Amino acid sequence: MTHAKTTPTSRAAAPFLDMRKAAVFLVRYGMFIALALWMLAMSLTSEHFLTSTNLLNVARQAAPIVIIGVGMTFVMATAGIDLSVGSLVALVSVLTAAWLVAGLPPLLVIAMVILVGVMLGALNGAIITLGVPAFVVTLAALTSFRGVGFVISEGRAVPISDPIFAFIGRGDVLGINTPLIIAAVVVVVGWFVLNRTRFGLYALATGGREEAARVMGLAITKIKIAVYAITGGLAALAGVVISARLSNGSPNAGMMLELEVIAAVVLGGTSLFGGRATIAGTVVGALLINFVRNGLNLHGVNPYWVQVVTGVILVLAVLMNTVLNRRAEAWARANPEDDREVRK
Amino acid sequence: MSAPMLEMRGISKTFGAVTALSNVSLRLEAGSVLGLIGDNAAGKSTLMKILAGALRPDSGEILLDGAPVNFAHPIAARDAGIEMIYQDFALVPELTVTQNIFLGREITRSIAGLRVLDRSTMNARSEEMFAALGLRVPAVTLPVQALSGGQQQAVAIARATGFAARLVIMDEPTANLGAPAIARVRETITRLKNAGVAVIIISHRLEDIFAVGDRFMVMKQGHLVGDRNVDDTDNADLVEMIVTGVDARAARDPVADPT
Repeated sequence: MTHAKTTPTSRAAAPFLDMRKAAVFLVRYGMFIALALWMLAMSLTSEHFLTSTNLLNVARQAAPIVIIGVGMTFVMATAGIDLSVGSLVALVSVLTAAWLVAGLPPLLVIAMVILVGVMLGALNGAIITLGVPAFVVTLAALTSFRGVGFVISEGRAVPISDPIFAFIGRGDVLGINTPLIIAAVVVVVGWFVLNRTRFGLYALATGGREEAARVMGLAITKIKIAVYAITGGLAALAGVVISARLSNGSPNAGMMLELEVIAAVVLGGTSLFGGRATIAGTVVGALLINFVRNGLNLHGVNPYWVQVVTGVILVLAVLMNTVLNRRAEAWARANPEDDREVRK
Repeated sequence: MSAPMLEMRGISKTFGAVTALSNVSLRLEAGSVLGLIGDNAAGKSTLMKILAGALRPDSGEILLDGAPVNFAHPIAARDAGIEMIYQDFALVPELTVTQNIFLGREITRSIAGLRVLDRSTMNARSEEMFAALGLRVPAVTLPVQALSGGQQQAVAIARATGFAARLVIMDEPTANLGAPAIARVRETITRLKNAGVAVIIISHRLEDIFAVGDRFMVMKQGHLVGDRNVDDTDNADLVEMIVTGVDARAARDPVADPT
């Protein structure tokens, strides 16, 4: 029940409360603001930035990060992490090319590689629920998935020339690139599942306080396995998109992609410690990383510096996500009246 | 004689080499308030977690109204009307008041065949719960971490009593609370008792059970040591049983039936 507090103390504190609200707002939506400011600055300083070609191009580059990022948002909602997604992209890339070369129909190949992704993700999740830290399990998967990719391909990239893959990687519907459409569908479905279904709520509850979720009877083990399986499936989908865009299956695909995905999710405001997750934030995080890179490229900045800048942004984002966020929220709720027990 | 509302028979539970519970039995009538007391590691919490479906016993059975029940799952116990208020309240800090209250038994509606959380109905229902209980929180849509300790306890109480509970288990309900909050807990217990709900209180604070309880049960090292009516005992008697693990009356008069 909402009841207004109209005591003299709260009236006197009103401007102070507004400042608090502003601080919380800044910390919570800082990345949205940062993205808007960056895009404004780039539009003013580079004539090539604000063109539909450039914007669509950046969005298409961000698409695989967004696709996997949606899955990673669920994983991080449960207070987990999945470092294996980039290597899974490589394995899927290799398998896709190999199975197409073997003459399998392209749609069957897509279904098969996504199934592989789901199963490998579920395997990660199953081992994690045995009590091995997610960091260790998925780090091991990071090396082994790509390793299997190298074994199968013997280190060679295999060209993909199938028309369906050409459409997925480079085609468009009404002028919008196919990867962008796939990412948009994943985002909408992901947002819906996270915010409107039991599964999303249970993922957040698991990450927020696992023991509470357990005693309330939530199936923690199934939820954890499911979030890694979903992320595996989405990583495989991103692998298909990336292979299709590059027109080849390569064990070198998706190198360091896991870090970009995790950076995007954290930049967006999803908590590293679980319980708080946002799909919209993940999209903004992915766009921010890509637009920063794009803007610096347009200004002719040495690409090696771009990597450095990306790293600095990530650290700042984590700082905002953890320390500042906690302080701002604690500050916002430090209302002495809340603790006063009034009894009549 | 009709079957009691709740009966636990011969419950045993071991964790590895440690025997947490050894052949413990318990009977409880509707609307009665039982204080379960004992030193640390006496097995009180384990016994109650078994009753709440959070743990499964190695042996023994639980009967509700004389019919055996098998709680494989906390949700099964909650569906049977057995609720537990945990000492740490078992709330998820990031979730809202309503989300915590309905966690595990959400109300959903169907949109084009999809089961979607019915957030407005759940929010309205939880506001009703707080109104009916005379408890307050600033807003049911606030995350629980934005609430004070007393308000968080109100959420835990609303969750345990808002779904037609028949038995409410409270684990150390008055630990770390100020005097007003303790009074509110006692009020809640009395209200539940008057509504015919049975209450089991795990507590170190004997005065709470003297104030609102009907019976004491004393446990030590996984065994049930003794059983007393509130008006038939005193602090010294209970403390002696807690410390020695021996029921002096039963020892003096072995023929007397302890129940």
